[in-house]
Amino acid sequence: MITWDPNMEMMPEAELKKMQFKLLKMLVYRLYSFSNFYHERMDAHGVHPDDITRLEDVVKLPFMVKSDLRDNYPDKIFTATPEELVRYHVSSGTTGKPTVVGYTKNDLDNWTESLARALTSCGVGRGDVVQVAYGYGLFTGGLGLHYGAERIGATVVPASVGNTERQLELMQDLRVTAICCTPSYLAHIGETAKKLGISIKNDTRLRTAILGAEPWSDQMRQRIEEEMGIKAYNIYGTSELSGPMFTECKEQDGIHMWSDLAFVEIIDPETSQPVPDGEDGEMVVTILQKEALPIIRYRTGDITSMNVSPCPCGRTHPRIARLSGRVDDMLIIRGINVFPSQVEHTLLSIPEVSGYFMIEVDRIGALDNMLVKVELNPEAFSDKINDILDIRRKVGHTLKNMLNVSVDVEISEPGSLPRFEGKAKRVIDRRVL
Amino acid sequence: MDVTKYTIKQISVFSENKPGRLAAIAGALEDEGINILAFSIAEANGFGVVRALVDRPDAAYKKLNAMGFMVSFTDVIAVKMRDVPGGLFEMARILSEAEINIEYSYAYSGREAAVLILRVDRVDAAVEKILARGGTLLSADEFS
Repeated sequence: MITWDPNMEMMPEAELKKMQFKLLKMLVYRLYSFSNFYHERMDAHGVHPDDITRLEDVVKLPFMVKSDLRDNYPDKIFTATPEELVRYHVSSGTTGKPTVVGYTKNDLDNWTESLARALTSCGVGRGDVVQVAYGYGLFTGGLGLHYGAERIGATVVPASVGNTERQLELMQDLRVTAICCTPSYLAHIGETAKKLGISIKNDTRLRTAILGAEPWSDQMRQRIEEEMGIKAYNIYGTSELSGPMFTECKEQDGIHMWSDLAFVEIIDPETSQPVPDGEDGEMVVTILQKEALPIIRYRTGDITSMNVSPCPCGRTHPRIARLSGRVDDMLIIRGINVFPSQVEHTLLSIPEVSGYFMIEVDRIGALDNMLVKVELNPEAFSDKINDILDIRRKVGHTLKNMLNVSVDVEISEPGSLPRFEGKAKRVIDRRVL
Repeated sequence: MDVTKYTIKQISVFSENKPGRLAAIAGALEDEGINILAFSIAEANGFGVVRALVDRPDAAYKKLNAMGFMVSFTDVIAVKMRDVPGGLFEMARILSEAEINIEYSYAYSGREAAVLILRVDRVDAAVEKILARGGTLLSADEFS
């Protein structure tokens, strides 16, 4: 087995924990001293850096949530000086204000190192040709994998997303051996290949896919692997943590979370208490060495479980299971985060329809399809079909502008969509992942 | 000229395109003892508009509205056509020459004659032209 950094990746668990405690302690002292945001947070929470005397004391620290980043847009909680920043990434901002993540040189270095280890654990290395078919730009996927793959000496094809026929041409002509993209995009590439009479299994050298940024399942993995004759690995990360950072190893049984970079807790999202290893809960992550944008006990909203048993690959870092859902009802449609609350806000701005709606999500072929059912306001009812079709088009356009994802719209009778008391369940997700 | 005499109140009902909707509308009208004199469905992908001439439009409006249906009134005219080849052409030509646009129309074949229900962009002009050319319009009274 090949590892990128064997000393680190196979460090005995006790030593890793010692290292984590040291890093945590340093982090908390640094933030308490230099971050107004964090100083106030800790004071309000009644905790002082001196209270952190062992790793388990992490639970004394307050949580961070996504809105902390949005409320402090763009860079109010950065702890690096502007001169120290070397890059920004910006989330799509679909839940309101975008989230800005800044990186110092060390931040980028740690992110890249994390991916260098991860890619190596998937069997990718020097001599591989890696097609990065994640979006390049403000999104973290493209550039993250790009530098990770370069670091391990692989050859990068920075294809970005789109133009599927060209992706296939590049894959064949440049003898691509590994691809990084969303699982649904790889499935789409597969379908396009079929239409063009290309067999990915026989007509390309592809043997590895590193897939993530949207939910998928083991069944989908199996289908992709059999059809394309490749191995497909799950990758995890969010822009707040830095970007995609962690993957499965060749065992394909959980994602190794590098302990020197991330301290992972799994909690009950309702009670905020830790759940036992192996049980599902919300993943909470502390990024131990971040300089520009500190992330302490960040509630990812992702539901998973932790596996601390030794991995046959020899790596000692704990593994998380495939994500089984979201704490909130965030939808990921073709890689874009969509919140039902955004749909509601958008509809309320359109006088012809009421604020009642239902979202139905299906996977048609390889692509997600989102249908929004809305109710026409009686005042807007016209006897002419074209007038109603115009309203439907207007709703579709407006939603697309707000969500950055195109949706189908269905006009329903007033009062026909379900009303909810208490927590609304406005999403029916029929995707078989 | 008293054009209002010939303007007929049509009820239009929005309906999702799924089984049971027409039955719900028709059943409600039956409950109220309302008679449907003419009727059509315009459909688009996923929804439709049921248009009907009934003997008591106000009662129909009230009932359907109370049931949660979206209902509106639309002014239409009803033209008697000769029930022979060319009957429709006669009427269409009159409107065409007057450059009156037909937004939609439907027809039924009654006891005495065929009747064409028309929704036009200029009701007054249509009534005037049709009468001037010797056409016969049904008055609103004849539907109640």
